[in-house]
Amino acid sequence: MFSVRLHGRGGQGIVTTAELLAVAVFDEDAYAQAFPTFGSERTGAPVAAYCRIDERPIRSHEPITSPDALIVADPSLFAQVDVLAGLRSDGYLVINASDAAALSGAPAALSGAPTQVCLVPATEIARRHIGRPVPGAPLLGAFAAVTGRVGLAALVRAIEERFPSKVAEANAAAAREAYQMIRATWTEPTHA
Amino acid sequence: MLSQIEGSRAVAEAVAACRPQVVPAYPISPQTHIVEALAEMVASGRLAPCRFVTVESEFGAMSLAIGASATGSRAYTATSSQGLLFMVEALYNASGLGLPIVMTVANRAIGAPINIWNDHSDSMSQRDSGWIQLYAYDNQHAADLHILAFRLAEELSLPVMVCMDGFVLTHAVERVDVPEPSQVDSYLPAYTPRQVLSPARPYSIGAMVGPEAFTEVKFLAQHRMQSALKEIPPLSAELGAILGRNVPGLVQPYRLNGARTVVVTLGSTFGTLADTVDELWADGHAVGAVGLVAYRPFPVDALRAALAEAEHVVVLERAFSLGAGGIVAADLAPAAAANARVYTAIAGLGGRPVTGAALRGMILAAAADRLAPMTFLDLDTDLVARDLAHVEAVRHSGPTAENVLRHVRDRSTSGSPR
Repeated sequence: MFSVRLHGRGGQGIVTTAELLAVAVFDEDAYAQAFPTFGSERTGAPVAAYCRIDERPIRSHEPITSPDALIVADPSLFAQVDVLAGLRSDGYLVINASDAAALSGAPAALSGAPTQVCLVPATEIARRHIGRPVPGAPLLGAFAAVTGRVGLAALVRAIEERFPSKVAEANAAAAREAYQMIRATWTEPTHA
Repeated sequence: MLSQIEGSRAVAEAVAACRPQVVPAYPISPQTHIVEALAEMVASGRLAPCRFVTVESEFGAMSLAIGASATGSRAYTATSSQGLLFMVEALYNASGLGLPIVMTVANRAIGAPINIWNDHSDSMSQRDSGWIQLYAYDNQHAADLHILAFRLAEELSLPVMVCMDGFVLTHAVERVDVPEPSQVDSYLPAYTPRQVLSPARPYSIGAMVGPEAFTEVKFLAQHRMQSALKEIPPLSAELGAILGRNVPGLVQPYRLNGARTVVVTLGSTFGTLADTVDELWADGHAVGAVGLVAYRPFPVDALRAALAEAEHVVVLERAFSLGAGGIVAADLAPAAAANARVYTAIAGLGGRPVTGAALRGMILAAAADRLAPMTFLDLDTDLVARDLAHVEAVRHSGPTAENVLRHVRDRSTSGSPR
């Protein structure tokens, strides 16, 4: 079982992003379960969504408390929400940020931990391709590049299935750019 | 078709494959996605002939379903929580008149305090309404149960409620093999009512019955309801053969062979429980689980068979009767072995997660006979103590819900332990 928690703000498309990941995993013949946190969502308010990935059928319906990976669509959430809660110490952290300065609100616990941090300028990429600050597709591209838990081709198919053709094309291009950008520079940290 | 699909959408597809002719609906979370999807299908012409009627309330929805069903149409609606309560008077009429309406209840807590999250207090409150109640343990089961529900309802001329956990199932995107319309067509014949209001053959439905026959009408209702226990196994076997998978309709046993401690539950908690049972067997503990699918009528014989070897039976309930205790546990007691201990664990109220860790602790406590006859799983005893002390200290103690929320805030700012 590999579990992912996604953090964002209402309006960023976080629930849809979790669903796209689940559909892409399904497309690769594995099992997935995506679900949102259930509440009264408002634009701009913190939102979380989840995705479980497994080779076997997933029966559990309890919340994910110790995720293997986090996808953070807005680094300003570090100052507002306990984003890192339960993240496995060697887990993956994919953050929508162009440089480390955006992490000023992040807990000190981040530095020095074996957490595998990946920064991807997902909003910039989304603005360029989609014309709107919806970072989901490029975040998934970066997630695919660092974790290898889903392939880019499956992500693109999930995007095409979900959106009308023009929107799908733009989102797929954004996912591809993020994937290639991270793939070119990503090296697995070596653990002592 | 095998799909990665939201639970609500999967149920809407299954319902559409059953070709309902009238769908009156009023929106309430977490049921809304189901009827939204059906509304889209009717609007696009994919589901035809079908009238989707936006009504002014849940009372209107059930009343319209009654009218549609009594005049010979296959009728379906869905609701949750307060919406179910608002249709209560009509619920009793639907069952008392013997109208085979199918309704999804996307289970949600009842206020006050207002709460949109999942538990079973809504459908449990209607256990005596004369509706058959089936509880789905996952989204595949939920989709399949709707097909069984239409067939069962029409065979018996009784309404059927399919209960599925709100949000936890309705909003989860999971793998579901959505039944094909051709599969459903080979299982569910066109609706041929036992009674129908028609100018061609006029008669009335809904006579007033006095003391001379009311008991007998009710006796016959009980007889018909109980007959579902005989009808369900062959109907679920027939559906299972068509769909190529099991569609449990009474109970779903899990690893009971040799199990000395058995947990009985309803709804989506069953999946988490099954994982916990596997972990406990791996650690050398003889524990099993039973998913209760049919709650009304209550499958006492099927449960008696499932629980024959169990020495400790824990009933994990998502609702309870204030002033009494476990609802399902009270029904289940006669089905447990004579020497078995039966415990009630009230869990997952108002959306509190039911975790594998809590289930594990509960099961081990029961196996060691350390579980109290009635417990609230994961109860925050510190919060309870804070409010009891407050009420003791102050006459004008104020509203409980607001006070408890204040205790939560006080505790988080003072940093004292939970």
